[in-house]
Amino acid sequence: MDGNVEDFAETTTTIDRTQSGSAPIKVDCRHIDVFYDDKQAIHDISLEIEDRSVTAFIGPSGCGKSTFLRCINRMNDTIEAAKVTGEIFMDGANINDPSIDPVLLRSRVGMVFQKPNPFPKSIYDNIGYGPRIHGLASGKAEMDEIVEKSLRKAGLWEEVKDRLQAPGTSLSGGQQQRLCIARAIAVSPEVILMDEPCSALDPIATAKIEELIDELRERYCIVMVTHSMQQAARVSQKTAFFHLGKLIEYGDTEKIFTNPEHGRTQDYITGRFG
Amino acid sequence: MPDHIVTAFTDELEHLSANLLRMGGLAESMIMDASRAVATFDLELARDVIKRDRAIDELEVEAEKAIVRLIALRHPMATDLRAVLGAMKLAGDIERIGDLCKNIGKRCLELTGDENRAAVKGIERMSRAVSHQLQLALDCYLRQDIEAAKTVLDMDDDIDDHYTSLFRETLTYMMEDPRQIGSNTHLIFMAKNLERIGDHATNIAKAVYYMVTGETTTGAKIESRLAEDDHGEQR
Ligand SMILES: Nc1ncnc2c1ncn2[C@@H]1O[C@H](COP(=O)(O)OP(=O)(O)OP(=O)(O)O)[C@@H](O)[C@H]1O
Ligand SMILES: [Mg+2]
Repeated sequence: MDGNVEDFAETTTTIDRTQSGSAPIKVDCRHIDVFYDDKQAIHDISLEIEDRSVTAFIGPSGCGKSTFLRCINRMNDTIEAAKVTGEIFMDGANINDPSIDPVLLRSRVGMVFQKPNPFPKSIYDNIGYGPRIHGLASGKAEMDEIVEKSLRKAGLWEEVKDRLQAPGTSLSGGQQQRLCIARAIAVSPEVILMDEPCSALDPIATAKIEELIDELRERYCIVMVTHSMQQAARVSQKTAFFHLGKLIEYGDTEKIFTNPEHGRTQDYITGRFG
Repeated sequence: MPDHIVTAFTDELEHLSANLLRMGGLAESMIMDASRAVATFDLELARDVIKRDRAIDELEVEAEKAIVRLIALRHPMATDLRAVLGAMKLAGDIERIGDLCKNIGKRCLELTGDENRAAVKGIERMSRAVSHQLQLALDCYLRQDIEAAKTVLDMDDDIDDHYTSLFRETLTYMMEDPRQIGSNTHLIFMAKNLERIGDHATNIAKAVYYMVTGETTTGAKIESRLAEDDHGEQR
């Protein structure tokens, strides 16, 4: 009588599955297999990663998140036992092509690791190292500018501007992680890979990194491995769920965390036995 | 669905739904008793119904606390998130049903005992339909059954029809005998309360549909969804 049923029809809000479907693809992975000697760690994974957004990789320990992440900047090349097959296109160019210089590739694809790993050098040199070897700065003034800009973008400038010559290792864990992010940004990458960047940080430092990631997303394509469901839900737009070396589900983060398609995703994110 | 690795999480969710079902059961019996009080002009029973609303309110407060706790400490995701959000809606709807029953009880105390019998019978019939609808809605929550949810939505049209005809009928009596206006007005408001209870039962069914499917939706959509399932096109 109060038109309840009709009211409801007007306010219908089905979940929009295509809300960010129009973003351009930055990294297009096709049929990736990875073997460590004869043990297969990644099974035929194809995944399109959007530019200017955060993609989270989640899944139980040992499911292959780090292995897959390392394919994107060819870090697996440096692991003796690892063999990668399949194709990865970045802006349409195959990064596994022999003509691609992996060192140059890694300047386009920065990486931040789980444990902050500043070089045993000053804060200034930690940032300046990459731009120097890639010849991005001609002269001190330009280098100063890169260092300041990178530290500002990483939200660390105010905290360290008076002690740029202090060793990077003298910073707190959270500051060190932001230093590593600043170092990754300094070479003007296009893609930033982060492997559990906050796992060693307290909630405040974590919140700062997350805020930073949210800002960086305007300019970069970010791929992040995390074991925190809440973190994936907070910072990513797309989420990929891995299980036993396979990609089980990939889609809008909102959908994955409210209504995943697959039972296995459901069991994992709700903390149930699979 | 398998249990949570953290068993306390499963326990808390189960406790919450048991709590809601208890609230629902109380509300159901309040509807029946309120209408019996009207039909038999039993003022003692009416006062009892009024008192019982307290119990539902207290259970609602308890449910809300449990929900806040679950969200803050367990960070529910996916089905769990929907279960908790759905529980929040259910608690609110059942609490309102309690209020509406209390209202019927209060109006019962204003009756004179010589209201039009046909109108009183109408209230009784409508109460039966509404309490049956609520029972079905709670059942569909317990079994997470979207087929039953559709039936609940369909029943709402019948209850609306009940209300409309009862309204017209009572109006006719009042015009015939203006001395009856005062007490029969109470009957009309009771019917309106029952109709509102039906709306809340419908909300419960919709909440169950959301919990099960993750989609908010209209009655029409539930139907097409069920038709799809009939053709074996499982999600
Ligand atoms: N260097 C290596 N040599 C041999 N096997 C490896 C190597 N690195 C990883 N693996 C194996 O590959 C599989 C995937 O490992 P990976 O480190 O990618 O998992 P992950 O999802 O990142 O796990 P975690 O969440 O614990 O970091 C595991 O079975 C692991 O034992
Ligand atoms: Mg890893």
